[in-house]
Amino acid sequence: MAAKKASPDLLNSSFSFKSLKLKTKQQELLLRVSILGLVYVLAFIARLFSVLRYESMIHEFDPYFNYRTTLFLTEKGFYEFWNWFDSESWYPLGRIIGGTLYPGLMVTAALIYWTLRFLRFFVHIREVCVLTAPFFASNTTLVAYFFGKEIWDTGAGLVAAALIAICPGYISRSVAGSYDNEAVAIFALLLTFYLFVKAVKTGSLSWALGSAFGYFYMVSAWGGYVFIINLVPLYVLVLLITGRYSMRLYVAYNCMYILGMLLAMQIRFVGFQHVQSGEHMAAMGVFLLMQVFYFLDWVKHQLNDTKLFQTFLRITVTSAILVGGIALGVGTASGYISPWTGRFYSLLDPTYAKDHIPIIASVSEHQPTAWSSFMFDYHILLFLFPAGLYFCFKRLSDATIFIVMYGLTSLYFAGVMVRLILVATPAVCLISAIAVSATVKNLTSLLRTKQKVPQTGSTKGVGSSKSSSKVTLDQSQPFHKNGAIALLVGVFYLLSRYAIHCTWVTSEAYSSPSIVLAARGAHGNRIIFDDYREAYYWLRQNTPTDAKVMSWWDYGYQITAMGNRTVIVDNNTWNNTHIATVGRAMSSYEDEAYDIMRSLDVNYVLVVFGGVTGYSSDDINKFLWMVRIGGGVYPVIKEPDYLVNGEFRVDKGASPKMLNCLMYKLCYYRFGELVTEYGKPTGYDRARGVEIGNKDIKLEHLEEAYTTSNWIVRVYRVKPPTNML
Amino acid sequence: MAARNWIFAVAVFLSLSTFSSAQDLQIVNAERRIDLSSHIVKAFLTLKVENIGKDPAADMLLAFPPTQIKNLAMVQALAVTGKKKKKIYLPLDVKPSEQPDAPNDAGYFLVSFATPLGPGEAVTLEVLYILTHSLEPFPVEITQSESQLVYYRDSAVVLSPYRIKQQTTFFKTPSTRVESFTSVEPANRAGKEIKYGAYEDRAPYSYAPVIVHFENNSPFAVVEELVREIEISHWGSLQITENYRLTHGGARHKGVFSRVEYQSRRSISGSSSFNALLAVLPPRVNSVYYRDNIGNISTSHLRTGFKKSELEFEPRYPLFGGWKATFIIGYRVPLEDYLFEAPDGRRYLNFTFGCPLVETIVNKLTLKVVLPEGSKDPSAVLPFAVNQDLQVKYSYLDIVGRTVVVLQKDNVVPTHNVPFQVYYTFKPIYMLAEPLMLVSAFFFVFVTSLAYVHIDLNIVKK
Repeated sequence: MAAKKASPDLLNSSFSFKSLKLKTKQQELLLRVSILGLVYVLAFIARLFSVLRYESMIHEFDPYFNYRTTLFLTEKGFYEFWNWFDSESWYPLGRIIGGTLYPGLMVTAALIYWTLRFLRFFVHIREVCVLTAPFFASNTTLVAYFFGKEIWDTGAGLVAAALIAICPGYISRSVAGSYDNEAVAIFALLLTFYLFVKAVKTGSLSWALGSAFGYFYMVSAWGGYVFIINLVPLYVLVLLITGRYSMRLYVAYNCMYILGMLLAMQIRFVGFQHVQSGEHMAAMGVFLLMQVFYFLDWVKHQLNDTKLFQTFLRITVTSAILVGGIALGVGTASGYISPWTGRFYSLLDPTYAKDHIPIIASVSEHQPTAWSSFMFDYHILLFLFPAGLYFCFKRLSDATIFIVMYGLTSLYFAGVMVRLILVATPAVCLISAIAVSATVKNLTSLLRTKQKVPQTGSTKGVGSSKSSSKVTLDQSQPFHKNGAIALLVGVFYLLSRYAIHCTWVTSEAYSSPSIVLAARGAHGNRIIFDDYREAYYWLRQNTPTDAKVMSWWDYGYQITAMGNRTVIVDNNTWNNTHIATVGRAMSSYEDEAYDIMRSLDVNYVLVVFGGVTGYSSDDINKFLWMVRIGGGVYPVIKEPDYLVNGEFRVDKGASPKMLNCLMYKLCYYRFGELVTEYGKPTGYDRARGVEIGNKDIKLEHLEEAYTTSNWIVRVYRVKPPTNML
Repeated sequence: MAARNWIFAVAVFLSLSTFSSAQDLQIVNAERRIDLSSHIVKAFLTLKVENIGKDPAADMLLAFPPTQIKNLAMVQALAVTGKKKKKIYLPLDVKPSEQPDAPNDAGYFLVSFATPLGPGEAVTLEVLYILTHSLEPFPVEITQSESQLVYYRDSAVVLSPYRIKQQTTFFKTPSTRVESFTSVEPANRAGKEIKYGAYEDRAPYSYAPVIVHFENNSPFAVVEELVREIEISHWGSLQITENYRLTHGGARHKGVFSRVEYQSRRSISGSSSFNALLAVLPPRVNSVYYRDNIGNISTSHLRTGFKKSELEFEPRYPLFGGWKATFIIGYRVPLEDYLFEAPDGRRYLNFTFGCPLVETIVNKLTLKVVLPEGSKDPSAVLPFAVNQDLQVKYSYLDIVGRTVVVLQKDNVVPTHNVPFQVYYTFKPIYMLAEPLMLVSAFFFVFVTSLAYVHIDLNIVKK
């Protein structure tokens, strides 16, 4: 919002205070700093809706794991954290936490926490974790400003900062409480790109070093660093092909790649992947290509003979490609270079996951993006983006080529997976900012023609030379001034719509913690369903400390973080077989499931059930995925057994296997006695709108241990085996 | 059996009795009413004591069997003077006392008379004593549909080092359901009351063990540990944070918990469980919060009043026998209601001891009074004995830390909710330290930015 005012003000100050040069500069600086300051604060407070609506709490699923590890880090120190073997998850396998997580987020939060404590601010670590995401979102606006300044001008930078501060695509992952890797990763991603572009522009080793460290931070924070390590080489390749090879590029890329790679190897989870994994090979290939280029350049310089050089070029390029190809082939064949992972494939081919990896396809945020979500998350940016691209192509430079490539590739990925809208957001904001800034600047300069004409020669304001050239041209058009005013009003209208939309989306859609459910009561009052925490706290207080809880993997992190109990599987879906075993237990008959549970040492089973409240993302609705994932490993589980004519139902017409499998029994145990809705028969499932098919459920090996007040979470105790005698 | 041996031992002991002063007093009439309606056992003992010796007696002993002495939360005694309508109660000093030749580890309290009791004089005493953890659930484990039955063990006659001429004991049970009670003739039951006696002329240290087995579904809310922190801010408020570890101290829950039964047949299902608690907070309380380790708990109602505020709240889940819940209650009260200046220039905090929860036992209460930074010479004044300690706590913007007066007491019951005082000296100039620090920090930031704008840091002149 502030930035919109900025551009005219900036021009204004640079004109009226022209005589006092230093003062103008100071004025401009003051304006810029205060606008940036406002944007900084705005980005922070726009993300606090959830704290005001609910409370200062951690949201969703993964953030609970991050919170738990951060707690561990602050309590036990970094060394213990790095070597932490967590026996509370993936029972009986356990998990080596230090080697299987990106520690960037936790270390960042812990550092903030320690700094605050050092400064005598005795905050709770939870508050730090909750506010980490908004804090880094604010920092991202600063980076966006500098990036925008780098690729276009300060005006575009300010607009970019303002746009990204409230863009729903980014807010969705950075509201207060969404303490996830992405929260700091987007900052790191943009910082790396900015520093790299700066390095390419200046050819300075220090900027390249900076970008290497930015890359290191990104690697430490999020698996999305793979995007950087592929986009940067791609960009370099494009520059090479378009004949923009330069010494600056050589310095920037080599320094960034080599140092970045070495630094990234320090992260245990990444390890030697930079030299061993197929996903990282493009960067290495481009690195070698750069050397070949440099070598050729040198040879050309030495030879001074075009014909000889042509021959040499042919031989070198052929042999280089040959050697590279053979090396890659041998590496892959011998298994030294690992092939691409499923996630990577599913990015390139949207249908891959559906056929091969149900566990990835089962996550809603891995689904291909609908058009509506683009509109929802980008709003007017969606229209400004092509306009921005146009401006970029009009003023092509190394920097604009980068932002164009970043925008196009990330937008493709955003189309493949919903969650990757996040990665595309900074690029979309930057390119749209260019469009807005350039348009507004052109229009305002039209308005200022009268004053400007006598001053044309001496103006030194931003972009003034361009506008002055337009001035002479536009003089001939009679209605240009009115037209410009109309267009400006249009632009401001659009931008204000954007601001309104963003605020609305943030407050309505993205500020719910999802662990606490809210609904509107009959009298318009707000009803809170706090069943998850009720169940987790019950587990924490009233079960033996070594109890093992089996649930679907979605709830694993929350059970360990809030319930403090050992789980069989959790959201870190590293072992498909283990998850399939749980899926198999859930979809088997009770006695078969009992054997599986005994073998896994399970004491409690937790299911999520929405039949009473009408909460639709419960375990019955997720059940087909359990069957699919279970069936993927254990062929005894067959999906058609649970369907009737390809239809999934829970009423009388459901298949017999469905009506008697463990999940069904646990969800609907004694539900048949309950009247959920006035005028409906007993056992009426409000989530699916049917009367259940099996009202007389007897449990043999399990017993109800606890059911929350709205029945959303049901916990069962696994009975010890009956005495044989 | 053990009890019987006990009597025997007492008898043997008595024959060799060397109690000299004990024989100087005798109890003419003793009436004991024991209220068993909640899990806090309250006993009201009315004694008419007569001096039959030759010397005036300055004090008398109250004896308790060893099983009771460890659960005894409080003993109070009042001297009653005047006739029926114009009774005047005079609180007497009661101290725990050690008797070197106490039979079978009996515990004693020494009651000092207001004026020594002359030979031949008599006085009426009202004694109140409170027992905790004295109701033993039997059966030890119950299911959701069963109601809770408990044992109460006591003696049909008052244990006393003095001869008692006449005595009666009443047990008041919460309901008419009494499974059994030991009969010591004459003993009978009418409705909610069991009467033992009257017994005539019992020798010192007579003991007749009885067991009453009855239904008690009152909430057995036991706070295993309560840490209350009272932070004094001279900027105008007291911040109180209370950390509870609550448990249901009754018969343990066995088997299933059925939500259907619990919500549809509430009267017969989970009758011994409780899911609502009431905390009595000071008037003018504000910024009340109720949360636990994993966040806010959204079920609470606050009623503020002129005399007191009431916070009605529910744990996340109903508490069945043996189930636990931990939570935190925090609130703020205006400073001027509780902080005063003593005549000698010192300041003192006057606040209520004990636990704000109604009808609960606190096994271990730690009360921390966090004095403002720069306070000196703290001292606490309490009407009963507690463990005292000093700690240092660091809070926002503290440099030297705040002095914390730690008061610790075990086995606290609602009758301990009495005012106590903490005295300390404090110079108001210390109040300015923290604002000054903030101001200088901001000043520094502005000076730095000013310098940054004005100083040219380039090495090469452009």
